[in-house]
Amino acid sequence: MSEQQTITLYPSRQFKDNARAALKDGELRQSLRTAMDYLMAKRLSAFSDGDELETLRTLGETIRQRCLAKLPELLEKLEAQLTANGVQVHWAETTEQANEIIHGLIARRGGTLAVKGKSMVSEETELNHYLEARGVTAVESDMGEYIVQLAGEKPTHIIMPAIHKTKAHIAQLFHDKLPDTPYTEDVDSLIRIGRNALRDLYLKADVGLSGVNFAVAETGTLCLVENEGNGRMCTTVPDMHIAITGIEKVVEKLTDVVPLYSLLTRSAIGQPITTYFNMISSPRKPGEKDGPREVHLVLLDNGRSQAYADEQLRKTLQCIRCGACMNHCPVYTRIGGHAYGTTYPGPIGEIISPHMLGLENTKDLPTASSLCGACGEVCPVKIPIPEMLMRLREEEQRPAGEVVAHPLRGQGAAHTGKEALAWRTWRGLFGQPGAYKLFGWAATRLRGLTPPGQLGWTQNHVPLKPAAKTLHQLVRERDAARR
Amino acid sequence: MQPNSAATPAAGRVRPTDVYFFGTCLLDLFLPEAGMDAITLLENLGLRVHFPQAQSCCGQPAYTSGHPNEARAVARAQLGLFPNDWPIVVPSGSCGGMMKHHWPRLFAGEPEQALAEALAARVVELSDFLLNVLDFHPQDRGLPTRVAVHTSCGARREMNVHVTSWALVDRLGNVERVVHDHESECCGFGGTFSVKHADIAGAMVTDKAASLQHSGALEFVTADAGCLLNINGKLAKDGERVFAGKHLATFLLERTGGKA
Ligand code: SF4
Repeated sequence: MSEQQTITLYPSRQFKDNARAALKDGELRQSLRTAMDYLMAKRLSAFSDGDELETLRTLGETIRQRCLAKLPELLEKLEAQLTANGVQVHWAETTEQANEIIHGLIARRGGTLAVKGKSMVSEETELNHYLEARGVTAVESDMGEYIVQLAGEKPTHIIMPAIHKTKAHIAQLFHDKLPDTPYTEDVDSLIRIGRNALRDLYLKADVGLSGVNFAVAETGTLCLVENEGNGRMCTTVPDMHIAITGIEKVVEKLTDVVPLYSLLTRSAIGQPITTYFNMISSPRKPGEKDGPREVHLVLLDNGRSQAYADEQLRKTLQCIRCGACMNHCPVYTRIGGHAYGTTYPGPIGEIISPHMLGLENTKDLPTASSLCGACGEVCPVKIPIPEMLMRLREEEQRPAGEVVAHPLRGQGAAHTGKEALAWRTWRGLFGQPGAYKLFGWAATRLRGLTPPGQLGWTQNHVPLKPAAKTLHQLVRERDAARR
Repeated sequence: MQPNSAATPAAGRVRPTDVYFFGTCLLDLFLPEAGMDAITLLENLGLRVHFPQAQSCCGQPAYTSGHPNEARAVARAQLGLFPNDWPIVVPSGSCGGMMKHHWPRLFAGEPEQALAEALAARVVELSDFLLNVLDFHPQDRGLPTRVAVHTSCGARREMNVHVTSWALVDRLGNVERVVHDHESECCGFGGTFSVKHADIAGAMVTDKAASLQHSGALEFVTADAGCLLNINGKLAKDGERVFAGKHLATFLLERTGGKA
């Protein structure tokens, strides 16, 4: 099964249909609810001191904003430092370019097998599929990613790619797809089966691929956060290591990493620290016994500079991909990651995907939120996610022809004459006291005529019926009675 | 934490003699009794309550739907209605949040900026006002009962006032406040969200209604008109005849014997 298939299964343009289908899947809803409850509780226990949490979040926000403010300068510095360290840096504006660069590097060595550490950016570029089509097999080594790849799916969560799968699903999957594997629901056995299947691959692989959590400009260091040790294997055993990440991942100084790392692991799964923290600064040096002989970094834009250009939307790029906004989102909890049809689901997906794919392909995402604010409340770098959502709503409602300083791709994608007229009418009624008074009078007099079907409202509710008298009237009557 | 949060003690917040009442469009058209109950409650506490007849809506529906110009036009029509330096009491958390936190943004760079900021500073959500400004200790005259409290997300996260609703209910001697499952979770209203994404919003309100019903409470209270219409509308659609919610103001007035 190729990823192509999966993508046609869940296009972001069909978000509403995807969501409807997901909502009907009782098993999925139950497992998501249980998993998200667990992750929320874990996060809470990792931040038992509320004051410390707030101080740390403010620090995280400050660091990310400072680094973004200096982004062009820091990227140059990063490139210079990495180059001096012997790491080759490549720039890709589009996902296609990133894939070409990576494939080119592998092809140059005649490579056919790549082993991968977890990388959401490579999901963004659909790298596995691209390589597969060109004769290079890329095998995911993160257990969750491995399961998802085996199932021919895409990750449903950025930290826990297979969170939607039950033990039974995984047992069946391994039994079906891996030769000579008995059916077992024992978690330890399942992990052992997966690990054994991967073990040989590290030795056979021509290339190791990975993502990057923080790229330090000051020292030219790539930091990689992980728990399974697979990331370390991918980046040290094969002769070539190619890392891929987004341009916003750069931080200025090594000291910036410390608070961000703490925020990341605690927000993501309530861990004080991960089992592995890799800092990669160069390929194997003369006299060293191991490590890749070549290290490359591919820096991808893919719409990030669109967000960057706008002062307000730039905050989107503060994200450190912890997934906490998903875990706390009442919408994500009910529909899961696949319904979004994008690499990044949940609140962060709703605000970053429009820059990557254009509002024309993502127009239902900014509105798929009740603006409850749970995401912004937990975001470790204080991205005001609801504010970003409202801004994107504004841009997708803005007529396509309207000239603005920083037009977004797909501006006006949700604009319809009907809705614009409805809001103009609303403005006419609610913006003038005389008109509003008349409206209130008419609504109460004609309440018997309330339509039984009111768009989506009556799907879940009895029709909204105006009261017999408005509050305005009741107050007037009271005042008259007192006089 | 937001400034002026409910955690701020009453100190420094002087008890006024007069207040403005901003009824909100939802209460005005669909729950006017709750609005009257809030006004009566305030009057029973010795305040003169002024209700500017030219008021309509804070502008939130258009604002959250990506139509800030329309929102601004409607909000602008409210700006001149509160000339005296009295608190502006709002019986709905999300509308209060709109006025307090979003009006200054909506009017940033506009001629009305200073006025909008000054008004925003005077906006106070009803339960916050009752508890932290008036230090209201309701005399409970009702029979023993159990209630659950649902707080709107706007009130909780922008106004930080979930604790004020709890505190007021907790001051009622004969009322046991029960906590419901996933209490802090959104009920799925979200203005046009419940129309544009009716499937998802439906799943959310279904869960919220069920968790309230199974909480052991005999009824629920909320200080937000949107949530109240949402949850009660869902319960009614499902044919529930007994269990329902009411506005906190109505509940407090009933408990204190102020309702006939
Ligand atoms: S937006 Fe914030 S909460 Fe969501 S993944 Fe990014 S850093 Fe984490």
